[in-house]
Amino acid sequence: MKTSAKIYSGIVFAILFAPILVLLVFSFNESKSLSVFSGFSLKWYRELLNDRNTLEAVRNTLILAASATAISTVMGTAAAVGINKIRTKWYKAVMNTVTDIPMTNPDIITGISLMLMFVFVGRLFGASTSLNFVTMLIAHVTFCLPYVILQILPKLRQMDKSLPEAAMDLGCTPMGAFFKVELPEILPGIITGAIMAFTLSLDDFVISYFTSGNGFETLPIRIYGMTKKTVTPKMYALATIIFFVTLGLLLISNFVDEKDEAK
Amino acid sequence: MKKWISLCLIAVLLVGLCLTGCGGKKGLTLNVYNWGEYISDGSEGSFDTVREFEKWYQETYGEKVTVNYSTFASNEDMYSKISSGAVSYDVIIPSDYMIARMAQEGLLLPLNFDNIPNYQYIEDTFKGLYYDPDDQYSIPYTYGIVGVIYDANVVDEADIGGWDLLWNEKYAGKVLQFNNSRDAFGSAMYKLGIDVNTTDKAGWDKAYDELLAQRPLVKSYVMDEIFNMMESGEAAVGAYYAGDYFTMVDAQADNVDLQFYYPENTNFYVDAMCIPSCAQNKELAEIFINYMLSEEPAVANAEYTYYASPNSIVYTNDGYIEEMGEEAMEVLYPELGSFAGEYNKLAYKNLDSDTLSYLNTLWENVKIN
Repeated sequence: MKTSAKIYSGIVFAILFAPILVLLVFSFNESKSLSVFSGFSLKWYRELLNDRNTLEAVRNTLILAASATAISTVMGTAAAVGINKIRTKWYKAVMNTVTDIPMTNPDIITGISLMLMFVFVGRLFGASTSLNFVTMLIAHVTFCLPYVILQILPKLRQMDKSLPEAAMDLGCTPMGAFFKVELPEILPGIITGAIMAFTLSLDDFVISYFTSGNGFETLPIRIYGMTKKTVTPKMYALATIIFFVTLGLLLISNFVDEKDEAK
Repeated sequence: MKKWISLCLIAVLLVGLCLTGCGGKKGLTLNVYNWGEYISDGSEGSFDTVREFEKWYQETYGEKVTVNYSTFASNEDMYSKISSGAVSYDVIIPSDYMIARMAQEGLLLPLNFDNIPNYQYIEDTFKGLYYDPDDQYSIPYTYGIVGVIYDANVVDEADIGGWDLLWNEKYAGKVLQFNNSRDAFGSAMYKLGIDVNTTDKAGWDKAYDELLAQRPLVKSYVMDEIFNMMESGEAAVGAYYAGDYFTMVDAQADNVDLQFYYPENTNFYVDAMCIPSCAQNKELAEIFINYMLSEEPAVANAEYTYYASPNSIVYTNDGYIEEMGEEAMEVLYPELGSFAGEYNKLAYKNLDSDTLSYLNTLWENVKIN
């Protein structure tokens, strides 16, 4: 039983990680081929650093992800605190469902409906082009928000409700009680929520594709554009770097969780 | 208190949006929308077309211009973006059939050739192509011709020459066929000598039977996968564009020797530079197109993409001929007599919706059977 369980998990892990491993290995390949490994080289990493358009796409992606994370974390925290305070049961259930909709809605529908709305509003104001960085940012906040709320709500439920009450008894204003007592309690939830929002925004393609305007190209859109011809190995190099960055973020978020549980 | 917090949050949001939204760039902006990997971009020490244009413009006109360069993966992607009316691009480079469609729908602006003196380098044989018969809307950027690629270590020299190679039973399980209806039926129709733009259903039926006969020999129906399958020697026969053949040769495995030839009748495509009706700076767009036709960028782009250029200062340029090599020049620029004549006769044109849906039904049957 034990060996079969080991074999089983071995197969699962192999399928999960083999593609990443292939990508990683071929990012160090000397030639362009995906089938023959002709020698170790850092050529594609060098090429990547000289590719201005790709680096600009990376920069755009990071700016977008950071802004979307900041906005959705603040909004999500406020929303979670609000939802948690609701006493009426059905109202709370309605609020929970409504916030979950953008998460369960297929990306393509969210993307198209956002694009249509932006075009509609843009026409209303007589703008010739209605898609730009701001529309993309709004779209990203839209789909990040539910994930942030989902991370913070359980932390709020776990928290002893008498803590902020005690703080206010001792003379804290409600604001002071929130910042001094509640916020530190739910901080791990906020951090994991923010990290999730960041990674989601980083690799979103479908919604970005529909809401991107001229000149603001994110990385996933750029890579997709390359698929007419073969994708150059410098993209493997880039994907390898992104993989390790995402892995790092995941490790941090798990570390935060664990520290929290140890408490 | 609650109101105060929400007001604060709203204020922060709005300020954030304004800061990012109003931080517009100074000077001129040119939005270019092109296929991915379709311009010399400075990688591997090549010419960085976009940056050099910005530099050149600043030196010539004393004004700063910023080029926003974006890419698309298919004509249809590009079309849906432009026709949604939500974006504005100044220069686009679609393919022939899409130019015909966009011109018909009024999505393209007629070019002012006074701003594009370098148009003189495009020879007459590339003018009057079917998608833009009066040469109003487009200036060709690259063209390509479909040929048959084979592995000389597997395929017998005596078998080559026509489309028959893709139907040769000797290479069963080694043949690749296109995974899109138009190209797959095209290969069968060129083989049988049927007009690929026919509206006669009998012609399509014959091609359908031919594809069914080929089916047992086909290893798989592919598009981009053809690169890896030919490079690694997994497959030995396939049809693709001449320019892409060189990309494959560049990466072929040691025991693979890829070769190329043109069958008698085959498909052509032309990608051309156009200005869409949503352009905000038409004159600047024309200056950019003119720059793309000048010697240094045109040669660099042809060397980078490996596709044939209709620009006479490219294919008569000594440096370019030397860089590409004799074999490549022969493959990329075959003797055609009249390009326009061959092209207008053989290239795929837009099919009417009846024929198109009939074609797609047949194609689904090929795939299912």
